[in-house]
Order: sequence, then C-alpha cells, then structure tokens
Amino acid sequence: MLSLLNEIWQTARRNRLRTALTGFSVAWGIFMLIVLLGAGNGLINAQMANVEQWVDNSMTVWGGTTRVPYDGLKEGRSIDLTVRDIHVTETHFPDHVLKVGAVISSSSGELTYGDRYVSCALRGVYPVLADINKVKLIAGRFINETDLRYRRKVCVLAGRQARELLPSAPERMVGEVVCTGSLAFTVVGVTKEDPSDMNTSLEVPFTTLQTIYNKGAYIGNISFSFHGLPTEEANETFETAYRAVLNKQHRAAPDDRGALYIWNRFTDGLQMAKGVSIVRTALWVIGLFTLLGGIVGVGNIMLITVRERTHEFGIRKAIGATPAALLRVVIAESIIITAFFGYIGMLLGILANLYMDHTLGSRVIGNGIFSTTIFVNPTVDLATCLEVMAVLIVAGTMAGLMPALKAARTRPIEALRAD
Amino acid sequence: MIHLERLHKTYFGAQPLHVLKGIDLDIAQGELVSIMGASGSGKSTLLNILGILDDYDEGTYMLDGTLIKHLSETRAAHYRNRMIGFIFQSFNLISFKTAVENVELPLFYQGVSRRKRHAIAMDELDKMGLTDWATHYPAELSGGQRQRVAIARALATRPRIILADEPTGALDSKTGVEVMQLLRRLNADEGITMVIVTHDPNVAAQTGRVIRIKDGVIEHAAR
Repeated sequence: MLSLLNEIWQTARRNRLRTALTGFSVAWGIFMLIVLLGAGNGLINAQMANVEQWVDNSMTVWGGTTRVPYDGLKEGRSIDLTVRDIHVTETHFPDHVLKVGAVISSSSGELTYGDRYVSCALRGVYPVLADINKVKLIAGRFINETDLRYRRKVCVLAGRQARELLPSAPERMVGEVVCTGSLAFTVVGVTKEDPSDMNTSLEVPFTTLQTIYNKGAYIGNISFSFHGLPTEEANETFETAYRAVLNKQHRAAPDDRGALYIWNRFTDGLQMAKGVSIVRTALWVIGLFTLLGGIVGVGNIMLITVRERTHEFGIRKAIGATPAALLRVVIAESIIITAFFGYIGMLLGILANLYMDHTLGSRVIGNGIFSTTIFVNPTVDLATCLEVMAVLIVAGTMAGLMPALKAARTRPIEALRAD
Repeated sequence: MIHLERLHKTYFGAQPLHVLKGIDLDIAQGELVSIMGASGSGKSTLLNILGILDDYDEGTYMLDGTLIKHLSETRAAHYRNRMIGFIFQSFNLISFKTAVENVELPLFYQGVSRRKRHAIAMDELDKMGLTDWATHYPAELSGGQRQRVAIARALATRPRIILADEPTGALDSKTGVEVMQLLRRLNADEGITMVIVTHDPNVAAQTGRVIRIKDGVIEHAAR
C-alpha cells in the first residue's frame, strides 16, 4: 500500500500544476455541494422551526366573507364566529376533535408595572392553547380551567414584556400585579422569550376578557387539536364536513370556502415535507452536477495522463507489470486525487457553513407584527458528509476507470513504441 | 532454453507485412547469442516475440519447456517478470524514478517487500559500480551509467534469460565495450542466457554464436 502511495505521490509531484488544477476542480465541486446542502438545510431547518411552534395535528378557524349567495342572503357577508361554534366543534365531531379552545382580543393599550410600561393587547385564551401553541414558560403556569371558570383576573406575560418590565429577573414577575388601563391582573406565568416571537399580547382567561369587555358571544378564532386523520384525503374530507356544519350555523353555503378560513397545520406539514423533499433533491442534483464538472475534469486529466504515460506503462509491462497492477495504480491515483482534494473541499465547505451559521444563523426578519426565522443551523450532518465521501470515491473510481482500462489493455509492444 | 519452430509473424496493415517467415531456432541455457541483420530484417520483431512483448501468428515458441502461445497478458507479465530481463537501446528507464527505484520496480511487481527490494537493488547497483549514483535520476546519469542501471534492473529478478536490443547502440565505443564486457561476464559467471540484437559486428564478434537474419529468414546461425 505504501509503495502504491509512493508511486502516486511521484506521479503527482511530477505534474504539480496539473494535479493542483485537477484537485481544485474537484475541491470546488465538493465545496459547492456542501455549501448548497448547508444553505438548503438552513432554509429547511428554519421552516421546520417555524412549523414546530405548533402541534401538527391542530386547526385554527377564522370567520371570513361569503362568496356565494345562499339561503336568501347576498354574498360578501362577513361571518363572525361565536361561542356556539365552539360548542358545535366540540359536539359534532367526537371521533376526531380532541380539545377545543378559542381566542378573543381587545384593542391594544399600555401595560404598567410600577414606573415601567410596555404596549400590549389583551388576548382571552383557553387553557388548551398552551398545548396547541406549544407554549414554553420560564416561570409559573399558563391559564387553567379554574381561571376560566371563575373569570380570574390573572395573566401570562410574554417573555419580552416581562424583561422590559423587570429587566433584572423577568421570571420574578410571577405573583406581581400589572395594570392595563383601570384593570389589574396578577401574573401567573411568563413565557420563554423567542427572538422570532414579536407577540406583545397579554394572555388572560377567555371568560375574563369576554366579561370585562362585554364581547357577548363573539369570538376571534377557534383552535382545536384532532386525531384519526392520518392522510391528506382524510383531512380534506373532515374539513369539508366541518365547513359544511359551521357554514350552516351562519347560513352560508356548505361549500363556501370564503365563509370560513381553516388553517390545518397537519396538511401544511405534509406540504412542507413535500417541499422540503423537493428542495433537498434539487440541491443534491445541482450539487452533483457541479461535482460532475470536477469529476469529468479528473477523468479528462487521467486520460491525458495515461496517454502521456503510455511509454512508461510499456516499460512497466516489459518488466512484469500485470494489467491489474496498472489498473490499480491508475484508479488509485484517481481516487486519491479525488478523495484528497474532495476532502479539502468538504472541510472548506463545512467551514463556510459554520461561517454562514455564525453570521446568518437564526437571523430573524420581521415587519414588527409578524416575524420569521429564515436560516437556522445551515450545516450538514455527519451522515451527509459520509454520503459525499462515498460519492467522491465512486466518482473517483468512475473517473479513473476508463483511462485505467485503456492503460491496461494497450499491448506492451505498442506501449513501448509510443513517444 | 528457447525453441522456435516455423515461426511466422505478419503485421496486418494497409499492406500486410510478412516479417518472420518460418524461423527455426534453438538457443541453449547459458548461451551468448547475437542476432544480426539489416534494418527491417525482422530481428527486433523476433526479439520482441522471444520477450513475449509481441505475439506470433504461426509456429511454435517453447520457453524453458513451456509453450508460449495465446497467453493472457497477466501470464505473459508473470513470465516477463520472473524469467526474462530486458535491456533496451534507449535504456527505457523511468525518468521520475531514481536509479535505485528503477531497479526496484520489477521486484515491486513480484511483491517483494520494500526493504528487501531496496537491499537487492542496492546490491545490483553496487555490482555495476553505481552505489554513489543510486539516488540520482536518469537525467543526471551518463549513457553508460544509464545502461548499467538498466542492466541492474534486468538482473534484479535473477532472470534465466536476458534479451538485449542494441545495448550499445546509444553509447560511445568505449562505453559500448565496457557494457559488452559486463554482459559477457554475467553470461560467464552466472550462466544467464543472453540474446543480443545488434548491427555492430564488433559486438557480434564477442558473442558465442551469431544468427544472421535476412528478410524474415535465418540466413546463418553459425557457432
């Protein structure tokens, strides 16, 4: 093995520039592949992180505007969800609907604590929202059933609000009283701060807000978790049935898609998975084609090398080199050049990904109301690196195979006669 | 050692060229034989066939009792490596290998360990008086030194037969004489069969038998 490596080293040393240029094309191909995969992973991870904020088997429903006339009423009618819709959701679909909650909102105001204040909007919520929205708390608890039942004046502070009200120890806001307008709420929990979360809502029990602001039966939206809908088709069937039932409550056509907006996170997740799969495939294809350019370069150089070394191969054959020995040395040279420079390209690609992660990773874009993370952990995992190495070795073998066969098949006397 | 019977060789090109036309030849173990002939007479073709570098079309070639016909390239390589040593007019050393690495190469193809083949190669170079030149590249050596490296390489595997194609052709007369003395000594001391193709009557005169070949036929094979 050492002798083989020495043979290859001697050849590479003899043609330094050519070896370096060949190596560069391979290294560049792998570098691009790793950077593309890393960038793709960054985008995908960010999307997944955004999606993972919610339980994937849940839906949120808003009232919309009717698109078709129905039951003697004109189209363009605004639909407002009511408490009765919560009840209908709970009772009509017992096979699928698990927990139902709702949200109502009030206009924004100022939240004060001592001499500090922040802007906020009150949001009346059901306890189930903690599960559906995967609420993470750094202290205290979320709104519970007792709060709801007794219409308690308690609230859950967003992490950012808590930090602004008590910068030294936001978690100590639990148990403190905060005021908005003439209303005072006891803080029962503080949520974890998320850089992508621009939420400034102060979450209070649904019934409390409903009573204080005299909202009557109207609600903002309904959220519920479900089960037993494993496929896209099953979800579509359920949505159609659900829409028909709720539309009927509001005298809208059963199939009027404008009357209700349904956000189904499960089907979103499925579509996201499809999208992720397409993006991954596209990145691999682009990366592999870039790499292919390098590999063709290696193959081309190896062909030229074999052509230039024909006489030398003739000498080797005359003194006893078997075709297999020549095949081995040419293929090994191709693999070593590809693997060595490919490895360098891979390392540089990983470094570029780490730099990208350092500079762009977890960067949040937002317009003040809605924000999202566009790049999370733009790196490749060990398995991908191993796959890339496997691709390199296969590619190196392929690149060297044809020139090697040419070298091995040339008859010794013809090789010796070559210039 | 070598037995040829009605050996024919034709090169099939635009105009088929019948180069060897029924060669009958026997060379005994330990003989020192020269093959002479004009350019195009077929002497180099004959040497290539003897060295299993080229095939023949008809006839029989027995090397040390083995029929050499339709051998796979792997078996041919094996015979070349174990039984035959080549010395070429243009030395045919590998330019990017040092003298000792060139001598080691046939041993490498025999699978001899790195240390052992280095020792053998150094020993052969020492016999050629080239110890001090072992780590030099062919370009740094004189013609005579290069040919002695080539001889050391040919001897490294202890071959039964050495085939030399114009071994003095690229050397000045003094160096040519030295190389011939070396080959004669190897033949006499180690009993290696030697077949030398040459144009030079002085070289031929130093061999035990001169085979003259003309138009693909052995004209004279006097002892």
